Amino acid sequence: MPGISTASLPDIVFMLLFFFMVSTTMREVTINVRQRLPSATEVQKLEKRSLVSFIYIGQPRTAFEALLGTEPRIQLNDQFATTADIAAFIAGEREARDEAEIPFMRTSLKVDNEVRMGIVDDVKQALRRANALNINYSTLTVESIFD
Amino acid sequence: MGRVTPEIPSASLADIAFMLLIFFLVATTMDVDSGISRILPPMPDTDQPDDDQQIRERNIFTVRVNAQDMLLVEGQLENLQNLRDRAKEFIANPRDEAHLPEKVVEEVEYFGEYPISRQVISLQNARGTSYGMYIKVQNELTAAYNELRDELSMDRFGRTFERLDASQQAAVRKIYPMRISEAEPRQVGGR
Repeated sequence: MPGISTASLPDIVFMLLFFFMVSTTMREVTINVRQRLPSATEVQKLEKRSLVSFIYIGQPRTAFEALLGTEPRIQLNDQFATTADIAAFIAGEREARDEAEIPFMRTSLKVDNEVRMGIVDDVKQALRRANALNINYSTLTVESIFD
Repeated sequence: MGRVTPEIPSASLADIAFMLLIFFLVATTMDVDSGISRILPPMPDTDQPDDDQQIRERNIFTVRVNAQDMLLVEGQLENLQNLRDRAKEFIANPRDEAHLPEKVVEEVEYFGEYPISRQVISLQNARGTSYGMYIKVQNELTAAYNELRDELSMDRFGRTFERLDASQQAAVRKIYPMRISEAEPRQVGGR
């Protein structure tokens, strides 16, 4: 019995490779806070990913618990931060974009399900002070929220 | 002449491609970012005196969530399941009831003279409200607006709101503008 020809194997693998290159995006930051996003039905897709800045809020991951405890923390880029750092973060994000694109920038809040609203309210106030008014509450998409 | 150029061996091509493939599998994510979009109100100007616009009581639909994630709609305890329908009834005020928002007739493209309700939804949460609950409430309120817009679009154009063109969407949006006002945060109910 002749062996199966493997001549087409590289082609198949390349096809897979191109699929993944096209359909995925680069992981930019390591997320150090817990992220179990809430679910919603009325979601909108975030367009123009390059104009979106992310603020992560959640309990620190287990590796950081000894250092930071279990109170929810804010993460900007790769670091833990406080609400006082948000103004500088937004300014930095604006600096990195073209001036004409600044009005279309959006801040995506990736907040863990179990975080209390206090810290979220503080972040929202900081964003208002920094005049970054377009926000998006990041959620998963489900058919019904009453399951 | 007789010189044969040796072919580049292609046996390792598959391995190289596999390596690239694995790199992309590890270094990228699939998730599409989606969520509920909102526009925050600008910070109030401190020099300017607060010209508190008086909004009539009948035009406001108050939704409060306390630190125990309980929902208070217009002063009554309410289930999350009923919030969407109550919000829809408030926004549209289909039977022109006196305790629901007043309507002002305005000229709207495609619709002509159309009574537009002066509704405002006021959402208030405590610092102890869980984010999950807050998103659920936001979701239901958004759903109320989206359903009303869809119903109106189906009535008038026979298509859902999403399938209308930009000017038709603007007209429907003018009839049902999304007005969810969030109170300035303050300490309510401990935690």
